[in-house]
Formats: sequence, C-alpha cells, structure tokens
Amino acid sequence: MYEQLVQQLVNGLLIGFLYSLIAIGLTMIWGVMNIVNFAHGEFLMLGMFLSFWFYTLFGVDPLFSIPICAALLFLLGWVIYKSLVSKVMKGPVLAQLVVTFGVSIFIAYTAVFLWTPDFRMIQKPLLIGTWHLGMVELSIPKAAASAGSVLVSFAAFLFLRKTKTGKAILATEMNRNSALLMGIDTERVNALSFGIGSALVGIAGAFLSMYYYIYPQVGGTFGLISFCIVALGGFGSIEGAFVAGVLIGVVQTLGGYFFDPAYKYAIVFALYLVTVWIRPQGLLGW
Amino acid sequence: MHGKRSRILSYALTLLLSLALASAGVAADQVIKIGAVYPLTGDIASTGLDCLHGAELAVDIINGQYPDLSLPLAKTAGLPNLNGAKIKLIAADTKGEPKNGQAETERLVTQEKVVAMIGAYQSAVTKTASQATERLKIPYVCSDSSSPTLTERGFKYFFRVSPHDAIFARDQLQFLKDLEKAKKQEIHTIAALYENTEFGSNVGKQILKLAPEYGFRVVADISYSHGATDVTSEVGRLIRANPDVLMHASYITDAILFTKTFKEMGFIPKGIMTFAGYIEPGYLPAVKADGNDIIVRSTFALDLAKSKPLVAKVNALFKKKYGIDMSENAARSFTAPFVLADAMNRAKTTEAEAVVTALLATNIPDDQVIYPWLGIKFDPQSHQNIYARGILVQIQNQNYITVWPFDAAAAKVIWPFPPWNTRK
Repeated sequence: MYEQLVQQLVNGLLIGFLYSLIAIGLTMIWGVMNIVNFAHGEFLMLGMFLSFWFYTLFGVDPLFSIPICAALLFLLGWVIYKSLVSKVMKGPVLAQLVVTFGVSIFIAYTAVFLWTPDFRMIQKPLLIGTWHLGMVELSIPKAAASAGSVLVSFAAFLFLRKTKTGKAILATEMNRNSALLMGIDTERVNALSFGIGSALVGIAGAFLSMYYYIYPQVGGTFGLISFCIVALGGFGSIEGAFVAGVLIGVVQTLGGYFFDPAYKYAIVFALYLVTVWIRPQGLLGW
Repeated sequence: MHGKRSRILSYALTLLLSLALASAGVAADQVIKIGAVYPLTGDIASTGLDCLHGAELAVDIINGQYPDLSLPLAKTAGLPNLNGAKIKLIAADTKGEPKNGQAETERLVTQEKVVAMIGAYQSAVTKTASQATERLKIPYVCSDSSSPTLTERGFKYFFRVSPHDAIFARDQLQFLKDLEKAKKQEIHTIAALYENTEFGSNVGKQILKLAPEYGFRVVADISYSHGATDVTSEVGRLIRANPDVLMHASYITDAILFTKTFKEMGFIPKGIMTFAGYIEPGYLPAVKADGNDIIVRSTFALDLAKSKPLVAKVNALFKKKYGIDMSENAARSFTAPFVLADAMNRAKTTEAEAVVTALLATNIPDDQVIYPWLGIKFDPQSHQNIYARGILVQIQNQNYITVWPFDAAAAKVIWPFPPWNTRK
C-alpha cells in the first residue's frame, strides 16, 4: 500500500512536469494576446511527428532532435501568427476565437492525409527501460522527459524575467497600451510569443515521443488538459501553469489510484471548477 | 442586371437538371446502396478504415465473378435474382461518437437512400445507429460489434453475425479451466480491467457475472476511460490486487499504453487475456515484441487456412488490394455485406420487410464463412447468429496464432506469462 502510494506520487510528478511544459507554451500565447490557441494540441502532435520522422528517416534520436523540433515549431508559430492571427486580431472577437480552431482542424486532417491515422512509436530510443530505485519503478524515458521539462520551463521563466525581450513580453502581457507607449513593438512581441509558445510545446512533443504512441489525434486529450491547467494556474502566468500542471498530474494519478480510474479526469476537472469558483483569476493569476 | 440574374437562374436550372439526370442514371444501372458507418477519423480511425476495407472487399467479391471462392454470390456478378444488380457501399464517418453514428445513419437513409446498413465497430455507436434504422425501418446487419446488449433489445431490423462478449468471456474462462486440466496450472484469481463505454463495461459485467460460475474469484474490478494520457494508477491497482490472470477489454490506444505501462511497472500475472484492442493491425507495429504472449479473443486467424482453404484465398485477395494481411477486424466486417446480399437475392427485392423475412431464413453453411463456425443462422427472437463462436489466439513471435480450442490450435499456448526482464 505504502509502496504504491510513493510509486503513484512519482508517476504523478512525472506526467505533471510534462503537462507543465505543454501548458506554459499555451499560457504565454494566451497571456500576451488574449487568444486561445486551440491548435496547441496539434502543435504537440507535430512536435511528436517531427521527432518520429527525424528518428525514422535520419536515425536522429529524439533527444538530439529537440532543438530542431523547437526551431521548426517556432517558425510555424511565427508564420501562423503573421499570416493569420495578426490579421484576425483586428476583426471581431468571434473570428479571433475561431481562427485557431480552424488551424487545429486543418493540421489534424493534414496529418491524417499525409501520415494515415496509424499508430507509431519510436522503437529503440537512446533512453529506454526502468530503474529499480528501492520500492519505486522509475521509467527512464519518462524521468528524462520530466527533468527536461523542468529545465526548459525554468529557462522560459528566466528568459521572461532576465532578458530585455522577455521583459517586453511580460510588459505587453500586463498592459498592451502602456507597453506600446514605452516604445515596445507589440506586434513583434506577439509574433515572438506565438513562436516561443509553439517551440515550447514542440519540445514537449519531442520529449513525449520518447515513450508515447504517436498518431494524428494524439493532441486531443493533452490539449484539453493544458487548457484546464492554464485556467487553473492563472491566464498568462508561467509559474501558475507550472504549479497547476504538477498539481493536476498528481491529482490525476492519486485520484485514479485511490478512488476510481474511470473518474480520474472527472476529479481533475472538478478541482479546476472548484478553484475557478473560489478564485476566478486562477491560483497565481492577477 | 437582368442579364446577370437570368444567367444565375440558368446555372441553377442546369445544376438541378444534371442532378435529376444523375439520380435517374443510378436507377437504370440497378445499384443497391448499402450504408456503412465506421470511425474514419478520431482515435480509432485506423481500426475503422481496416473494418471498411473488409466490407469493401466483400462488395468487390459480390459484384465481380470469383469462380474459385465458395462465398455466397461470389461466382455470379452482382445479385442474379435482381437482374445482376450491383452493391454500392456508401461510407460515412462516425468519428467514433454515438451521436454521429445516429446522425450519419439518418443522413444515409433519408438522403443517400441506402436500403440497408452495416457497421459501426464500436458497440456504443452501433447502439445509436441501429436505433435510427429501427425507427426508419431499415435492416441493419452488424458483424463487428460485440456488446451482448445489442441483441437483447428485441429489435426487428437489427441482426448480428459475430459472437458477442458473453460468448467470448465464457470462451476465456473455459480456456482457463481447460488449461488447469491440461497443464496442471492453478488459477484462482482474476482481475477485470475494462474501458468504460458500452463495449468495455459490458465485458466487465460478463466477467464479474461468469467468473464465480467457473470457480474464479475476481480480486480487482477496474474501469477507466480510453484515450487516457497515463494509466499508471490503473496498473498500480492491478499490482496491488496481484491477480493470477488479467482480463482486459480495450480499444487500441489503451492497449498500447497499458502494454508499455505493464512492462515499465513490472506487472506480471500468469496470463494476460484480452479483448479487441490487442488484435488491431496498429497494435503490434507499435509495441513490437512487448505484445508477445498476450492472448486475445478472436473470430479469425490466418492459420485457420490449414483447415479452411477459403481463408487463404480471401486473404490473398485482401493482401493484393490493401498490401497487408487481413486482420481480425477486417475479417469480421467482411461478412455483413454477404449476409445482406444473400437475403436480398433470396427476397428478390430490397424492400425492408421482405429483406427482414429473408434474413430470418438465412442459412449459410460452414464452408461459406471464413470463421471456424457451423455457419450463419439467426435466432428468431434475438437475431443473434446462433453458430457464432470465438477462438483464442496468442501473440507468438509477433504473430497471432490460434491456441484454443486445443483441438484447433496451431501451436501450444505459452503459459505462464514470462517475466518482462527475461524477454527480448
């Protein structure tokens, strides 16, 4: 009983750190532009497929294709912002809502068209197997993905707090008009945040591809959970998304273990609803 | 201004006229439209496509001439009693959701004017789709959904060819009994693990009901929602329950995820017995050797060709058309079009009441099916095929090999399940 409690806690943390990284990308875009990127789950899927194809076609291990995935997803985010989102942002609110939804459907079906709905896995990644640490079985690829997620999340945090560009993004997030008055090129900040947000989820996809199956609709559940995490943590708050991601991962596994696995997502969404009811701005939102 | 308006009017008229001509053309060509609903997008799209391929091959065989196949209507082109009319399959996507199953079925019947339906693989979807056909009074022949409740509703227009999960669950428990005798194995406890929609929860119900009848104790009863991102808590509960045998009803996504998690967390029961997900064509390419030694319920295996040459011939046609071997799903969906075409041919019409009467008189002998059954004959009350039965296949060296019934086995069953660290 005690053994399984520790095991489940570890499992919850492992999936939670990864959730955090996925959600941080989403919260950046949301915070800066007030736009919900419904295509976030599909960006995750693209990250996974990129990693898969680099492995299959060129023999590059997912661990080493991470920078390429990040760069390509950054580019994709930038292009989608420039070509679609920035235009629609001048239009009515409904159009802003629908545009990324359209993008998500387009990407998912293009993926079905290009790669069929079949399931793929990276068969022999560099990191494979399980460590037996006393009473806990620790999956090596999951541990690596979680450690990587924590590092990348921390790097994103430092970037926003310590660099001039990061501070410009934060300023735009807080008040777009004041930022504009201070001479910040908010249009560039928008494009940059969309790119960085996409790159972060691309990295998460590359990590996930080390142990998870890959297919065109894989982003669905992850996308949904990341919306929940962003709202729970507070829109636009990186720290909030990090804490909420870990919290949801742990609640999901412990809830599934102690109550009933059939209701583990119900427990997660109930937690979200209760938090938003008590604190509408989210845990660390302002 | 006037000119522009009349031009638009003339375009519209031309369009209408061509549509009218097109539909008249269909009538003259003697085409019988049959609707097929399958999950062609969404998380089990690969399975849905596979099922559709099975049905499409069946339609090819009915419409074409295949003198060396003993299948119904294979030797003649089309349906001879209906002036050689050809079957046309009209597929629609359910996205794996019951509400779409119903909406698409209604659309196919009312707009595409299909005269019968097949599909929809997922029991929950078949349930709503067949409610629509029952209301619209259209025959529905299902050969790919296995929830027992589907044929317990007293529907007039719904027929099922394949075995249901009460039969499959009994098969698996009987196998364990046979194994105890044959291999002197002691089996006491069972864990039931199942996804929580129509299909899985009914398998769960059957296991909980039947296991005590066979003298086994159920030590874990775990339901979960398929499409989960992580199943470590489910496997944690299994490890805590420590059953002799795991019985798992899943779709493909959860089959892959559970296999990986069993290995990662070191869950080793004496046997892993499964339903559905583990036999889909996407499963083994994803998990490779980690799928070895898992046992799956089935109606079909390629090694049946040893006693049934028809299996090899049909598989050869399938491979020629789609480039892969026929899977159990494709094999199951393959039979519904034959049953419908056979009934329509005997009824000499596609009119629903006459087709239902003909379906009730269906008597397809064992040499005309690709399964190890006595044939196809429907129970007059439930409309379930009384001859349908299951076999058990085990994944050995990444192939599905028949291991039970022992007299039909192509290889000996590997038991108990080898520990993960001793496997390749």
